[in-house]
Amino acid sequence: MKIDKNTINKIARLSRIKLDDKESEDYIKDLNSILDWVEQLNEVNTENVEPLSNISSSILPKREDVSNDTNSSEEILENAPDKLEGFFAVPKVVE
Amino acid sequence: MNNLIKGEKYDWEMVIGLEIHAQVKSNSKLFSSSSTKFGSSPNSQVSLVDAAMPGMLPVINKYCVEQAVKTGVGLNAKINNYSVFDRKNYFYADLPQGYQISQYKYPIVGEGKVTIDFKDGTSKDIRIVRLHLEQDAGKSLHDQNPSKTYVDLNRSGVALMEIVSEPDIRTPDEAGMYISKIRSILMYLDTCDGNMQEGSLRADVNISVRKPGDEYGTRCEIKNLNSIKFIKQAINYEAKRQIEILESGGSIEQNTMLFNTSTGKTRPMRNKEEAHDYRYFPDPDLLPLEISEEEIGKIKSSIPELPDELKDKFIETYKLSNYDASVLTADKQTSDYFNETINSDPELKNHAKIVVNWITSELFSLLNKNNLDLNNSPVSPENLGQLIKLISTNEISGKIAKDVVEDMFSTGKTARQIVDEKGLQQVTDQGEIAKVIDEVIADNAKMVEQYLAGKDKLLGFFVGQAMKLTKGKANPKMLNDILKQKLNKKN
Repeated sequence: MKIDKNTINKIARLSRIKLDDKESEDYIKDLNSILDWVEQLNEVNTENVEPLSNISSSILPKREDVSNDTNSSEEILENAPDKLEGFFAVPKVVE
Repeated sequence: MNNLIKGEKYDWEMVIGLEIHAQVKSNSKLFSSSSTKFGSSPNSQVSLVDAAMPGMLPVINKYCVEQAVKTGVGLNAKINNYSVFDRKNYFYADLPQGYQISQYKYPIVGEGKVTIDFKDGTSKDIRIVRLHLEQDAGKSLHDQNPSKTYVDLNRSGVALMEIVSEPDIRTPDEAGMYISKIRSILMYLDTCDGNMQEGSLRADVNISVRKPGDEYGTRCEIKNLNSIKFIKQAINYEAKRQIEILESGGSIEQNTMLFNTSTGKTRPMRNKEEAHDYRYFPDPDLLPLEISEEEIGKIKSSIPELPDELKDKFIETYKLSNYDASVLTADKQTSDYFNETINSDPELKNHAKIVVNWITSELFSLLNKNNLDLNNSPVSPENLGQLIKLISTNEISGKIAKDVVEDMFSTGKTARQIVDEKGLQQVTDQGEIAKVIDEVIADNAKMVEQYLAGKDKLLGFFVGQAMKLTKGKANPKMLNDILKQKLNKKN
C-alpha cells in the first residue's frame, strides 16, 4: 500500500487537520516508511488466525451499577472556550 | 393480505427494516458512574470519562451487560459468549471522544425473532439480525442562537442497545406493530423504560420499494424517529417519493434522510461524502467481553413472564381470542390489571371476555378522556371486578353498568355502594315488569293498534317507554319477552 497525495488529504480531512503542501509531502514520506516497515508482517501466513485484539490474558473488569453525583457542571465547563447557562457553546453545527 | 401500494403505472411493495435504539434502564452510564437520570440541568451528570478528558479510561457497567443479555433472551436470540467493543470514529460536537464505543464485528447478541399479531388472528415473525451495546451521544440544541450550537453531555455515555431487524417488514402498520412489540418486550423485562417522548426508544428506518417478486431496490435510511406515528408517516412519504422517481424513469440514490415532523416530508441530509468512513477498530481500552454459559443461565432464570408466554396462557386459561390476548399483553400494566381483576373473584373466570371488553373499551376510553393511564386509574381492579360480577349475576344491566362505572370513576366509590345508594338493582320481578308494561299499553292504545296492524318498528318505542318508567332498571330480556307476549295476546 502506498500513501499518495489523495490519501493524505483524505486522512487530514477525516482528522480535521489542515496541511500545507510542505507538510503533506513530509507526512506522505513518513507514513510510507512506517507502512513499508509494517508490510513485512505480510510475509507471515495468518490464514485461519483470528485477529488478536489484546495480548493480556486478564478479564474485562466490571463495575457495579452505582451512580455518584460528584460531577459538577462548573468543573466540566471550566476549560470550555465558550459556554452559556450550563451548556457548551460551539460554532453552529448544521442539522 | 394485499400489501401492495398503487403507483401511477405499477403496483409496488415496500421493503422495510428497523434499527431501534433503546436506552438501557440503569442507574449509571455504560462506562462511567454518572447518573442516567432524565431532565437534570445541563452538564450536571458528566464525569471526566464522559467529557473525554485525556487519560480517562472506561470501565464497563456489569448491570448494563446483564440488561442486554436479558433483552437478547426476550428476543429469542442467540447470546454470544464473546463480544468486542470497537471505536466508531466520527466528528460531532456532542461526541467529545471523537468516537463512539460500539460493537461491530462481534455483537453481544446474535440472531433472534419477534412475532407480531394481526387483528384477523394471523401473525408474522420479524427476524432480528443482532443486538449490540453502545454509548449514546450528548444532545445538541441548534435553534437557540443563529451562530451557536449548545451542547449538553448528560446523555453522553448512557448505554444503548441497538436492535437491528432483517428487512422483513412490508407495510407502515407492520413497522408500527413491530416497534410496539419490541417496546412491550423491553418493558416486561424492565430493560428500557420505553419512553419514546423522552427519546429512550427511537428508530432509524431503512426503506426501499420493488415490484412484487423483484430483487430488493436501493434503500434510503430515515434517521432518528421517536414516535410510531412519525415512523408510519415517514415511511409513507418516503415510499411515495421513491415510487415517483422510479416510475418517471429515474433511479434511487442511496441516501440518509431526515424527517421533518411539521411538514411530514423527508429530505436528504447534507451530503457528506465521507460520512460513512467510520474506521472501526477494536477499542484498545477495553478487553473483549466474555460471558459464561453459567452467567447466561443465571440471567435467564431471572426473567419474568414475557408477553407471548402470557398471551398463550390467557388463550389457554380463559379461552380468549389471539387478538384479545395480544391486546391485553401489549403492555405490562394492562396484563397486570387484567390479572388482578379476573383474580378478584372466582366467578369472573367464566366471564373473561366481558372482563376484557370492560377494560379495553369502557375503562380505556374513560382513562383516555381524563388523560390518565391504568397506573393511576381511579377504578381499582377489585372494584372493576365487583362491577362485572354485578353484571354477570344480572343484578344490574350492562347499560346501567356504564353509568355506574362513570360514577365510580369520578367519586372513587365502589360499584356496590353506588348501586345500593341509587337503587340501581335490575328489576327481575316478572310481576313488576308486567305491571309497567300494562301501564305502557294502556297509555298508548293508538300505537298498540298501529303495531298490531303491522308497524313492527313500534316495539322499540314500547320498550323505551317501559325502560323509562323503570328508570332503565328492568332486565331487558325479560322486558322484551313479556312485552311481546302481552302484545301478541292482544292480537
